[in-house]
Amino acid sequence: MDFYILYILTASLIFAFIAVFSLFGVYAERKISAFIQDRLGPMEVGKFGWMQTLADILKLIQKEFIVPTVADKVLFTLAPVIIFVAVYLGFAALPWAPGLTPVSMNLGVFYVFAIISVEALGILMAGWGSNNKYSLIGAVRSVAQIVSYEIPIGFAIIAAVMIAQTLDLQLIGLNQGVLAQQEIRFFGFWDVKAIGGILAWNIFQAPHLIIAYIIYFIASLAECNRAPFDIPEAESELIGGFHTEYTGLRFAFIFLAEYAMMFLVAMFGVTLFLGAWNTPLPNIGSLKLADYTTGMFWGIFWVLIKSLLVVAAQMWIRWTLPRLRVDQLMSLCWKVLTPLAFACLVISGLWRLLLF
Amino acid sequence: MIKRALNGFTTAWKGLSLTLKHFFNAKADKKIKSVEHSGYFDQTEGIVTVQYPKETIPVPEVGRYQLHVEIDDCIVCDLCAKICPVNCIDIESIKATEAIGKTSDGSVKRLYAPKFDIDMAKCMYCGLCTTVCPTECITMTSEYDRSVPHISDLNYKFANMTEAEAEEKRQALEQQLAERQAAKLAALKQDNKE
Repeated sequence: MDFYILYILTASLIFAFIAVFSLFGVYAERKISAFIQDRLGPMEVGKFGWMQTLADILKLIQKEFIVPTVADKVLFTLAPVIIFVAVYLGFAALPWAPGLTPVSMNLGVFYVFAIISVEALGILMAGWGSNNKYSLIGAVRSVAQIVSYEIPIGFAIIAAVMIAQTLDLQLIGLNQGVLAQQEIRFFGFWDVKAIGGILAWNIFQAPHLIIAYIIYFIASLAECNRAPFDIPEAESELIGGFHTEYTGLRFAFIFLAEYAMMFLVAMFGVTLFLGAWNTPLPNIGSLKLADYTTGMFWGIFWVLIKSLLVVAAQMWIRWTLPRLRVDQLMSLCWKVLTPLAFACLVISGLWRLLLF
Repeated sequence: MIKRALNGFTTAWKGLSLTLKHFFNAKADKKIKSVEHSGYFDQTEGIVTVQYPKETIPVPEVGRYQLHVEIDDCIVCDLCAKICPVNCIDIESIKATEAIGKTSDGSVKRLYAPKFDIDMAKCMYCGLCTTVCPTECITMTSEYDRSVPHISDLNYKFANMTEAEAEEKRQALEQQLAERQAAKLAALKQDNKE
């Protein structure tokens, strides 16, 4: 019986984390955008407006559920649930600290990659079910975009997996620091297993993974429909894209999924490329910084810091770069990212064959 | 292709570094200065937001904002209503039976104003009424953010006479006119007799 309680507790903890992250993610996004544009952002609700998003969610909860008369009621109602659940389930396999993974599975990478693709289905359901041309255009764009960008993102992930030699996310994390079970070489020649820190991260174990990570990062922006790849939402041309017709809590769930997705792709990238829960501080001689800063608490701390920094970079990019056109988006994906990611994949293969 | 990709990265970085610079410059606010201040255009960095009800930008002294009438100084000459291009000033006047006092600049007041309305919803803020006013009783204040729950509240009423008072003055004027008329008739009669 006890493990059922544990399951429920884990699930609620993840949900609580997503909710809190989304609330303050929205606040952070508004503040970052404001500062970038020389504005102040929300200032009225609470000191420096920190309760603004709490007030917003309170408002959203009180709103009426409006279903358009010509909408497909089943699809329309189910879509936000599917969108959110797809992202929510993705969190299950991500490791937070040494030995701390909600669900430990030896196919973690494959599972996360597969489950977040289900979001595309939810988006298409939302767009089709709304029976609104803007929603449908948004949804179709979103699906085209997500399906296309899964190819470079997949190649980039496989390039990292080939270096790590495992699909288990916990093991991938383990092999990027001082706790590694196999030997780690910085740039393929210098054994850094005892030193650990930033030198042991996957992107430094094999330098071409830096390019793979950049490809992953760009493609992950497209995966979560964020600017400069936000053509599915494109406020100025499609109103809100697939979520135009949604109100109240349903809209809140789509929004929640969007911010959860940002954190999910950031954390997934951190796990695969940026040393997961490992500390960036190396052991220097007798100063065992890496050993000191590894452990349960430190693991959660580092993975949070790294992921939040990546999320901050996503926001920074959103408020800098203008939206791409559909054809530019596709040509970037198929003509630049896919060949580059494929090259990374080949290098990873050669790296494994020739160096070990 | 590599050249284009590199170009894409360098131009993106240019934009990103610019926004990052603004992000870190957001620590300081721009000082709120009047437009007449010599350093007004020198501040190029920092947050531009003015948190309006709490902070305000000083308005220029000669600015044209809400109209105000010092009714005690008004001689009810009706010049402002005549010059108004949009007819937003509505004045009713009653001749007094005698001089009723002086304005603060010494002009003699001979008319009562039972009605002196300015409809700010119609006003186009040209300021012509303030220039023609002989006693400078109609002025533009520095208040510019009046908001009201109903449009009729924008019709400012400056007259300080009650309806009863106005009626009394009307009666007095009528009586005086009647007396004068009677006197005139009496004088005519006398003329005819002689």
